[in-house]
Amino acid sequence: MRLHRSIPLLRIVPDDTKFDFMRFRRISFPASALLSIFAIFLFFFHGLNFGIDFIGGTLIEVQSKSGPADLARMRNTLGGLGLGDVQLQQFGGPENVLIRVAQQPGGEEAQQAALAKVRQALGNEVEIRREEVVGPRVSKELLAYSTIGLMLAIFAILIYLWFRFEWQFALGAMIANVHDLVLTIGYMSLTQIDFDLSSIAALLTILGYSLNDTVVIYDRIREMLRRYKRMSMPDLLNISVNSTLSRSIITHVTVTLALLALLLFGGHAIHSFVATMIFGVVLVGTYTSVFIAAPILIYLGVGTTRVEASEPAASAHPART
Amino acid sequence: MLYISKWKATAILLTALICCLFAIPNFFPESTVQRWPKWAQRHIVLGLDLQGGSHILLQVDANDVRRQKLQALQDDVRKVLREARVGLSRAPFIRGNSVEVVVRESDVQQALSKLRELSQPLGGLMGSAGQRSISVENAGGGVIRLIVTEPAILERTRQVVDQSVEIIERRVNAMGLVEPSIQRQGIDRVLVQVPGLGNPEELIKVIGTTAKLTFRLVDNSMTAEQALQGRPPPESEILYGSKAENRQPYLLEKRVIVSGEELTDAQPGFDQRTGEPIVSFKFNTSGARKFAQVTQENVGRPFAIVLDDEVISAPVIREPILGGSGQISGNFTVESANNLAILLRAGALPAKLTVIEQRVVGAGLGQDSIEKGKLASYFGAALVVLFMVATYGLFGVFASIAVAINVGMIFGILSLLNATLTLPGIIGIVLTIGIAVDSNVLIYERIREEVRTGRTPITAIDAGFTRALATILDSNITTFIAAAVLFFIGTGPVRGFAVTLGIGIVTTVFTAFTLTRVIVAWWVMWARPRQLAIS
Repeated sequence: MRLHRSIPLLRIVPDDTKFDFMRFRRISFPASALLSIFAIFLFFFHGLNFGIDFIGGTLIEVQSKSGPADLARMRNTLGGLGLGDVQLQQFGGPENVLIRVAQQPGGEEAQQAALAKVRQALGNEVEIRREEVVGPRVSKELLAYSTIGLMLAIFAILIYLWFRFEWQFALGAMIANVHDLVLTIGYMSLTQIDFDLSSIAALLTILGYSLNDTVVIYDRIREMLRRYKRMSMPDLLNISVNSTLSRSIITHVTVTLALLALLLFGGHAIHSFVATMIFGVVLVGTYTSVFIAAPILIYLGVGTTRVEASEPAASAHPART
Repeated sequence: MLYISKWKATAILLTALICCLFAIPNFFPESTVQRWPKWAQRHIVLGLDLQGGSHILLQVDANDVRRQKLQALQDDVRKVLREARVGLSRAPFIRGNSVEVVVRESDVQQALSKLRELSQPLGGLMGSAGQRSISVENAGGGVIRLIVTEPAILERTRQVVDQSVEIIERRVNAMGLVEPSIQRQGIDRVLVQVPGLGNPEELIKVIGTTAKLTFRLVDNSMTAEQALQGRPPPESEILYGSKAENRQPYLLEKRVIVSGEELTDAQPGFDQRTGEPIVSFKFNTSGARKFAQVTQENVGRPFAIVLDDEVISAPVIREPILGGSGQISGNFTVESANNLAILLRAGALPAKLTVIEQRVVGAGLGQDSIEKGKLASYFGAALVVLFMVATYGLFGVFASIAVAINVGMIFGILSLLNATLTLPGIIGIVLTIGIAVDSNVLIYERIREEVRTGRTPITAIDAGFTRALATILDSNITTFIAAAVLFFIGTGPVRGFAVTLGIGIVTTVFTAFTLTRVIVAWWVMWARPRQLAIS
């Protein structure tokens, strides 16, 4: 039956893979629960490294004009300005330094005054590549909008899935994706990656992607539910996951390739965004759709009414397992 | 299903082609594009994070607006009651959000009816239709309270922002900056964006100054020191000089002789005798008349030139100034004289503006970001193409073509919308490549499955498309919802990400539903395969 080909094509997942994914729910559920609790614990007790977008303050990226920047000396100069907490950090190459000045008491004008002081203290030895000043008003708004936005997105997606599938599917997808977000936030807390506006973008994209995956599997489950009316739920879910496995893996490899390119060549400005995406999409999203989103349907009671409702004719289709 | 009529195929290809064509102007330098017809000039605008520049968000000081509104109301009340000859037990005064006045008990009704005339219906913007600007209450005991309503303050704030946008525009243009963009944002904010400006210190100084200029007489009835210790006369107030003058106090009459609104011109220059920088100005006719009259009557007395409650200079009137022109000197540098002239020509801001957000990217960093973004995109695309061809062979080539056209269409649509491309926007495009590939993977995997159930190639392809497309639609709509939310909550760069991601999803669905099918259908018709290389 095989065609003669000069170059053999990659076959990542062999045809007729029958891996018993559902059996792993006894491991994956407790593991995910534990990890989620750990992530929430991290969030509350370790906290996120909020960037100036959300807590206000000043951020300045400078490049030393003559060789590597003298971090100690800069720290000394800037520390003596009486601006409270001033953080310096090497950023990219040895010439580049990221300076963070905490939000100044005294409202919006005080931030401007602080920026002027820092600029003056830095003098002509460095080139200012970027400066951001976010006042207390804007930072509060951004935080509120972002939180509302995330909630709104989850809610809107839930409604859509509810219309498109049954409520159990919507709920299952919701649990799976909140799980993704919680783990990703735990990761951000653990690594203390800058949490700023682009992190919100990352979280929303992870949400979208991981839903994308979940929806693909759910679509297949729904189709199987219609086709095999007498099959047990774990078997049916196994077939669905196995038959979409090849697609899941190929897609994730391509997305990972694209993300790796961004991570390696995209520069420092997008580094934390891409790192978060890789964690969320590649590590968590894939695992979740297979080991959480699908098996959770068993507990949510999908298909419990199926057998009674089924007609004898349905068994005419042979099960493929 | 697999059969696509010629007309349909042509329409699909034309749509894709036209979308891609709109991306063309981006590959030519601006000078070339400008010679093209108007409709062909649309192109992608690089965001400030890519081309470098300053983003400054200002907010109108609500308290300032409220105070002005109350002061104006106080003056009106005084005037109305005087004209109506209502006896006052206490002159109008400001308390919180209202102006109160105490009138004789016998005049309360007359005063109320006169004062109610001050209240005006508001224009119908933002749900304020049917509301009035002031509510007048009889608080008993001869006390009448006039409250400025919230909608009235809101409306005033909107007007203030509109005027501010205009004035800032004039100021920024006078500074000679290239392609500044000044927009209202929300109700009480102004967003100023200047591409290419790496140090906005000067700009912020110029747009952050209210520049209310007044000429007033110095009150000679007592010295400023006496007034500071005791109480200044009711018609006068104490204002201070600039830092350079050690904040010297001056006792000035509150009455304004002439204000900055009556200037017709202001230019920086140099004093002919001392050579120090000055600003020379010209009044309009009525301003010149008023100024001439006051200077005639007050020779030998000092007067003060006040800018935003700071005395810049207080010269003595040596002779009447009749020509309507004069000069301001007061410790200026060449730069500050130049800035003051700009401010005076552009006019005063109607209320105080505060910088609440400022983001600046130097040109060097922007260029770096573009280079890195390009490199990452090329690499990402190359890796994806390689992987697809390795996995799917000929079908992988089809997928790569579809994805390439997809990206072309994204650029075309972005150009058509004159959209802004930011660094996160580039990330959005790279991610779209991932999503677009996924749609192809979904189709091919489905076709493979169908082949395995024993279908012939053509029916397998047909069934594969039909079944995969439903999934593609579902999964893309969920991602689109996330992008839409991001668009509405995000600002600046993040919004740029949402735009490219959202457009990318739309083009992905389009190409998956149409273009990929046309390509595969043509191949099937041409090759008439008896077996599919894909399985």
